[in-house]
Amino acid sequence: MATTSLFRPCVGRTILGNFRSLIAPCGNTQVNKQKYHETTVLHKPVAEPISHPAGRHTITMVPGDGVGPDLMASVQEVFQSAGVPVDFEEIFISEVQPGQSATVGSVVESFKRNGVGLKGIIATPSSFKGGVLQTLNMQIRQELDLFANVVRIKSLAGYKTKHNNLDFVIIREQTEGEYSALEHESVSGVVECLKIVTKEKSQRIAKFAFDYAMRLNRKKVTAVHKANIMKLGDGLFLRSCEEIAELYPSIEFETMIIDNCCMQLVSNPHQFDVMVMPNLYGNIVDNLAAGLVGGAGVVPGESFSHDVAIYEQGARHSYAEAVGRNIANPTATILGACNMLKHLHLEFHSRLIEDAVYRVVKSGKFRTQDMGGYTSTSDFTQAIVNNLHTG
Amino acid sequence: MAALTGRLLLKQKYIHPTSKFLSLIGTGQHQNNFSTSRQNQAAQYGGRHTVTLMTGDGVGPELLGHVQEVFRYAGAPIDFEKIEINSSTNSTEVMKNAMLSVRRNGVAIKGNIETKFDDPTFKSMNVALRTGLNLYASVVCCKSIPNIHSRQKNVDIVLIRENTEGEYRQLEYESVDGVVESLKIITSERSTRIAEYAFDFAVKHGRKKVTAIHKANIMKLGDGLFLECCRKVSKKYPDIEFNDLIIDNASMQMVSRPDQFDVLVMPNLYGNILSNIAVGLIGGAGLVPGMNIGNGYAVFETGTRNSGRSLTGKNIANPVGMLLAGCDMLDYLSHHRHATVIRESVQSVLSDKMIQTPDVGGQATTAEVVQAVIDDIKPKTKSW
Repeated sequence: MATTSLFRPCVGRTILGNFRSLIAPCGNTQVNKQKYHETTVLHKPVAEPISHPAGRHTITMVPGDGVGPDLMASVQEVFQSAGVPVDFEEIFISEVQPGQSATVGSVVESFKRNGVGLKGIIATPSSFKGGVLQTLNMQIRQELDLFANVVRIKSLAGYKTKHNNLDFVIIREQTEGEYSALEHESVSGVVECLKIVTKEKSQRIAKFAFDYAMRLNRKKVTAVHKANIMKLGDGLFLRSCEEIAELYPSIEFETMIIDNCCMQLVSNPHQFDVMVMPNLYGNIVDNLAAGLVGGAGVVPGESFSHDVAIYEQGARHSYAEAVGRNIANPTATILGACNMLKHLHLEFHSRLIEDAVYRVVKSGKFRTQDMGGYTSTSDFTQAIVNNLHTG
Repeated sequence: MAALTGRLLLKQKYIHPTSKFLSLIGTGQHQNNFSTSRQNQAAQYGGRHTVTLMTGDGVGPELLGHVQEVFRYAGAPIDFEKIEINSSTNSTEVMKNAMLSVRRNGVAIKGNIETKFDDPTFKSMNVALRTGLNLYASVVCCKSIPNIHSRQKNVDIVLIRENTEGEYRQLEYESVDGVVESLKIITSERSTRIAEYAFDFAVKHGRKKVTAIHKANIMKLGDGLFLECCRKVSKKYPDIEFNDLIIDNASMQMVSRPDQFDVLVMPNLYGNILSNIAVGLIGGAGLVPGMNIGNGYAVFETGTRNSGRSLTGKNIANPVGMLLAGCDMLDYLSHHRHATVIRESVQSVLSDKMIQTPDVGGQATTAEVVQAVIDDIKPKTKSW
């Protein structure tokens, strides 16, 4: 049972004519087994880019706080140079600069209308000064029901980190669990913070994880939990995952306790393929894993509801200390934008930009500060633009 | 006898995991356990759907390839999970996988799987799929297409057919040597369900009349029950005209004066025959799509459910029926814009540009028709 994407020409290839050069052979997916301690590399048929720029798409862009606006400018510059048929509807929303901020309602409305969006990080202060407990991020997620967060941890060729050749996916439930914003002080000095786990949402995220694995030809799903301590709450999550796993006999299913999972991630991360977990664990593991391949600046992420897809950074840091210094790394944001183009069926442009980014990183000549070099954001972006048509 | 019990056991074993799951996910009967909205079942994320594609026999694989091709150019947000299933892969494993896949994705498009009728042990996989997923309503919309050579003009009929019981229960046995009994099952539950579906369909699509087709003059109890159920349901829909017709007369009326029909509702076998007649009237098997609808699941295929084995590989099969089935699928998934664009392009290629395959009197190949449709779609997507 092979999952094929839309773009796999098998029958009816003859009518493709001169587009043929864009298509790689449509043979079966080969699985290249490598030695232990290496992630299994899947060589998917590179058949996608057919849907050529027929029309223009409008997407919502929320630049966010910190270096967000600078990074979005990078994306826009690259898109313009690559001739991507995408128009931006820009809305600024911020918790730390309430004066210039748009309302949650208008942001949600825009995302709903366009269906697809690009989002920077909205900074959330840790101190509580009264008012609502929910952060803006949480409100937006709640309103749009963005239940699934996906972070794909993929090593960049040519950029050496602690672990190399990694390729796995972390899927996180992000509408309930510890993020339900239900906290109260029942007696003075005693605060109760409720973690909510429901069967419906647990099954939904499990199904998302397995569907994702099917679509992208992944082989294994690991459910991460702490059911040995939270026997009821995490137990429910675990059971829901097990029930859904029965529907997917072709995908291996295993479970792992969160503490062990974190240890395994830093010592032997190659064993993982697709991981699915509740909210807070996902938050921590996302950041941990992003650190394995180079940090917040290079790992893209995406959030899904049934109808809306939002592309952002994998590890959410606004990097406010770098504002105006032109030193942030635009790689994660640009790669996130490429994933967005894929979602919009603009494979050609997605591939074009992605390859340019990979070439720039691989060449080793351009390294922003977080990668150990001195290249500025704008120079890095310019390097990507220069590389667009050299492949 | 031992072999028979063995098979029975095997069957139970095979049904077990899914039925267990069904009680969890719920298909309407278990509302307290789980939300029953279709969205929760379908694999839809960020506006994109994963859809099961079952290749089938004959021209199925090539036509479905064309559908993928056209979807790609129309930018339809659909990913396909392809499952190779045809009459040569007749194992429970393949069937189970296909069924699971539809349960996961909620929606499928399929080519027809041939059923060998000279081998009594060969169970129809199409029927197994329909009963397994409880796809109780089959809907075929027959509407005349301008500039297509056909027997009748101004045909606009919707044929709604009970899809899971009647003659298709496959309950046949030889009680005495030389005497075979073949059981036709009619239940009031399923008859009422299909009648309600038909009337709801009529209301939703602005139709005026529902006609029940039966043979209650001969099968007074079986078809009588079906007719009785339809009558009862019709009382709840005073705005829709209701009448009934005996199947033999209906067949004659269908070929001589089809314009008198609007929505037809009928048991399984009559539906099979009448929809083939109706499809024949407006130009043939290659033109008309069909859909099978159940609670939370839907499977789309061509209207007459034939595999076209003789046309395989010749590049002359008519791709229109399968393309329109794809459009119906897009509509079902609420991608109305993409569905409309493809449908209009198909219409314009057939009727205005007169690019037609030999089965409807043209000279174009399958690939030429598909290319014409794609060329027609391209400029339309520019304005998005």
